[in-house]
Amino acid sequence: MKRYTAYSDFRRDLETGKVTCVQAVEHYLNQIESQQDLNAFLEVWADEARAKAAEQDALIQSGKAGRLAGMVIALKDNICYAGHNVSASSKILQGFESLYSATVTERLLAEGAIFIGRTNCDEFAMGASNENSAFGLVRNAIDKERVPGGSSGGSAVAVQGDMCLAALGSDTGGSIRQPAAFTGTVGYKPTYGTISRYGLLAYASSFDQIGPITRSVEDAALLTEVMAGMDEFDATMFQEPAPELKLETGKKYKIAYLKEAIERDGIHPELSAGMKNLIAELERQGHTLTPVEFPYLDYLVPCYYVLTTAEASSNLSRYQGLMYGYRSPDAVDLESTFKKSRSQGFGPEVQRRIMLGTFVLSEGYYDAYYTKGQKVRQFITDKTQDILANHDFILLPTTPDIAFKIGEKASNPVAMYLADIFTVQANITGMPAVSVPGAGTIEGMPWGVQVMADRKKDSELLSFAHELLEQNQNA
Amino acid sequence: MTASVYDKYEAVIGLEIHAQLLTHSKAYSSDSAEFGAAPNEHVSAISLGHPGTLPKHNKTVIDYAVKMGLACEAQIREFNYYARKNYFYADLPKGYQITQDKTPICNGGFVKIKLKDGSTKKIGLTRIHMEEDAGKSMHDQDLYDTLVDYNRAGVPLIEIVSEPDMRSADEAYAYVTEMRKLVRYLDICDGNMEEGSLRCDANVSVRLKGAEKFGTKVEVKNMNSISNVKRAIEYEIIRQIDLLEAGETFTSETRSFDALKGTTFSMRSKEEANDYRYFPEPDLPPFIADQAYVSSIREQMPALPDALFDKYTKELGLSEYDAQVLTDLKEIAAYFEELIGFTSNYKAAANWVMGSVKSYLNENALEMADFHVPAKNLAELIALIDSNKLSNSVAGQRVFPVMIEQPERSPLNIAEELNVLQESDAGFIEGLVQQVLEANPAKVAEYQGGKKGLLGMFMGEVMKLSKGKADPKEATRILSEYLDK
Repeated sequence: MKRYTAYSDFRRDLETGKVTCVQAVEHYLNQIESQQDLNAFLEVWADEARAKAAEQDALIQSGKAGRLAGMVIALKDNICYAGHNVSASSKILQGFESLYSATVTERLLAEGAIFIGRTNCDEFAMGASNENSAFGLVRNAIDKERVPGGSSGGSAVAVQGDMCLAALGSDTGGSIRQPAAFTGTVGYKPTYGTISRYGLLAYASSFDQIGPITRSVEDAALLTEVMAGMDEFDATMFQEPAPELKLETGKKYKIAYLKEAIERDGIHPELSAGMKNLIAELERQGHTLTPVEFPYLDYLVPCYYVLTTAEASSNLSRYQGLMYGYRSPDAVDLESTFKKSRSQGFGPEVQRRIMLGTFVLSEGYYDAYYTKGQKVRQFITDKTQDILANHDFILLPTTPDIAFKIGEKASNPVAMYLADIFTVQANITGMPAVSVPGAGTIEGMPWGVQVMADRKKDSELLSFAHELLEQNQNA
Repeated sequence: MTASVYDKYEAVIGLEIHAQLLTHSKAYSSDSAEFGAAPNEHVSAISLGHPGTLPKHNKTVIDYAVKMGLACEAQIREFNYYARKNYFYADLPKGYQITQDKTPICNGGFVKIKLKDGSTKKIGLTRIHMEEDAGKSMHDQDLYDTLVDYNRAGVPLIEIVSEPDMRSADEAYAYVTEMRKLVRYLDICDGNMEEGSLRCDANVSVRLKGAEKFGTKVEVKNMNSISNVKRAIEYEIIRQIDLLEAGETFTSETRSFDALKGTTFSMRSKEEANDYRYFPEPDLPPFIADQAYVSSIREQMPALPDALFDKYTKELGLSEYDAQVLTDLKEIAAYFEELIGFTSNYKAAANWVMGSVKSYLNENALEMADFHVPAKNLAELIALIDSNKLSNSVAGQRVFPVMIEQPERSPLNIAEELNVLQESDAGFIEGLVQQVLEANPAKVAEYQGGKKGLLGMFMGEVMKLSKGKADPKEATRILSEYLDK
C-alpha cells in the first residue's frame, strides 16, 4: 500500500475500491513489525485491528461509514481504552487495564477509527526525548542514533515510519510539537479546553491537552473536529459545541515573530537561517511580518516547571500500590506500601518532578514558588495576548535545535528542560500551537516551524499552517 | 481538690462539624451517595480515582452549602474555587481530597443557642466550606488486614467551623443540637451522629477567668453522639485544669474520646501534623455564586425553627414550652403549620400534636412520616369538639384511633358510625334529666337536703341514659337548674 499523507486520499481509494481497510491494517502491521527496533509501540492490537478493519470495509460497502472509517490510529500510552492496558510507560502501572475509555477514544471509535496499538512515551509524559520510558527508549526513524523527541516520541515515530496514518499524543509543554519537529510530522496542540482530558492520565491538569500527530494539517483538523467539543466528564472545557475547523486559503495575515527566538545563543545556525528565509518568503507573499519584543523568554521554562511539577506531585499521588498497578514486594505495612511502591515504581525523572512539585507547594515555600509561578503565568499570558491583539499569529521555531543524539542530554535535566523553551508558552497561556516541518533538512534531519495563535483561533491557525506546510514541502 | 478550684477557670470551646449532604449522588461522580449499601457497591472509576478520571461536579452540593450559610446569616462568597488537600492514606483514593481552602463558600454568621437559664447566646461561625468525604478504613473486619470501604469516598460534606465562643460542655451540647436541628430543617443532612453523617470535633482549652490569652488548645475527635460531645468536653476541661493546677504544661495535640471509659487519650501531637500542600484544584473551574443565584436559593428556604418559635409565641400566643416542643423536629413543625392552616384554635392544635399525636408515635416507635391523618381531618376533629359535638375524651379515645386506622375518613363520619356524637339540644337533655330525677326521688331529696356530692351520680345516670351522647356541659347546666330550683 502506498504511503498516504491525508485520510481524504485514503478514503477516496477506499470508496473506489482501490484499497481496503483490511489491506491498510496489514500494511501498518508489517511496517510495525519491520521497524521493531525503533521501539515505537508498547503493544500492538493486531487481531482486534484486523477485526475492526473488516467491519469498516463492510460499512464502506453499505455506505454507512463514519467520518474516520478505516483510519488507522496509534494511541499514546497515556490515553485510556476500556479493557486495554495503559501504563504511561511506567512500571507503576504494570499490568493495569483501564475500566473505561477516554472521551477521545470513544469519539474516534464512533466515527470508524481503528486503534492499532499503544505507543511508547516518556514516563507520565515527562520528558523531551522519550528516553524516560520504563520500557526502553524510542529511536528516530531517520537517524536511529537520535532521539525522536518527547514525550509523545512513540506516536511521532509511528507516524514518521508509516506504522499508522495518525497518532494521538498529549502536550503539556511541547510533547506533541517537539517530537513532530524532530520527526518531520505535523503536531498540533489545540486551545486548552477544546478536547476532553477525561481518560488522559494527568501530568499537569491545567497544561495537558490531547492532540494529533499526522502527516498533514488536513488530518490534524479532521481528527480534532471529531475529538473536540464539550464533555460532561471534563469540567475545565469550553461549555460549547466543537468548532468547525475550515482550512481557508489565500488570506493575508499579520504575523509577529520574536527576533530573540531566532538569533538567540544556542539556536542551530541553519535553523536560524531557515526561519529567516521563511520570514522573507512570507513577506514576499504579501503577509505582514513584524519583529516583536518578548523579553520574558527566560521566565517561560522556570514558570512551567514550578507549576507543572506542583500539579504533577498531586496528580501522581493516586499511584500508591494499593488498589491497582505495581505494589512493592517489600511492603510490610501501609507506609512502606506507599513509600516502596512509589520509589520502585516511578522512574528517576518522575521522582525528580514529584519532589520538585512537593517542594514548591510546601509550607514556607508556597508563596515564593507556587504563588509567584501563578503570577508569572498570568503575566506571560497577558503579554502574549498583547502581541496577539495586533497580530494573527506568532511565528517561532518549534525547538532551538534538531533532534539530538541519544544520551546527549540525558544526564543534564536543565539542558533537557531548555529544549522546551519555545513550546511551553502555548501551554502556559492555553493557546493553540502547531508545528509543521520547515523547508529542507538540517544535517539530514527535519526541523519544525511553530505557529501560535490566540485562544479559540484554531481554525485560522490551521488554515495558515496548512499553507505553510505546502509551501515548505514545495520549497 | 475542691470545686472552687475549677471555678477559677473558664473553658474556651470551638467546634468543627462535618455534615454529610443528602444528595443522591456523590460530590464529583454519579455514584450513589446513599448510606448502608454493602461495602464497595457505590464506586466507579471516578470515585476510586482511577488513572485519567476527572471530578464531575454535583451542583446540588453548592445549593446545600449556600442554604446552610443563609440559615446562619453567613456571607456567601461570590468567587469560589476548590482546593486540593494532599495526604496519603488508604481510604483516600486520589491521594488528595477536594475541598476549599482560602475561599470557603460561607464566611461569618451565627446560630443562637438557648441556655439553661432561658437566655439565648449567639455562637459565631468562622466559615462553612464544601469538601468530599474519604472512604472508611475498617480495622475490625479481618484478623490481619485493614479493609477499606470506598462507598463513602466522594460523598459530599460541608464543614462548619465555629468561633471559640462556647464556654461550657452544656453550650457545646446546645450548639450541636441546634446545628443538627438546622441541617434537618434544611433537609441537607440527616443529622445522624451514630452513622457518622454528622461528625463533630472539639477544640478545647482552659484559661483563668478574666485572662485574655487562650490556653493550649487540644482537639478532641471521635464523639459519635451529642451526649458524648458533652461528656468528652467535660472530661477534657477537668483534665486540663488538673494538669495546670498540678503545675504541668502540655502541648497542642489531637485526642480521641473513649466512650466506654468516658475519657480522652492522645492520638498525635500537632507537631506531627501533615503539610497538606493546599493548592487550587486545576480539574474544576472556579464558580460564581452571584446575587441572582443566592436569591434563588433563598426562595427555596423553608421556615426555620427560630422564626417558627417567634411566630408561635408572639403571633399564636403559645407558651415558650409549646413552641419549643413543636419546633424541635422539622416534621412536627411542618404538620403543625399545615394544621393551623385549617383551624384557628392554635392551643387545641398544639395540644393535639404534642399530646395524642406524639404519644401515638412514641408508643409505636414511629416517625412523623408514619402518621397519615391529613391535617385537614385533625382540624375537623378539633372543630367538632369546639362546637360541642364531641367530648375531648371521646374524640381522643374513640374517634382518633379510628382516624389513624383509616386516615382518609372524616372524623364526623367516624363519630356518626360509632354513634358518639354529643346531643346538646336542651329539649333532649331536659327529657333525660326529668326521667332520672323521677326515678330517684329519694336521692333528689338527699341532694336538696345538702348532699351536693350526689350531682355526679345524677350526671352519670343522665349520661348512661344518653348512651354517652349528651353534651356533659349542657347536661350539668340543666341538671343543676332542676335540682337547685
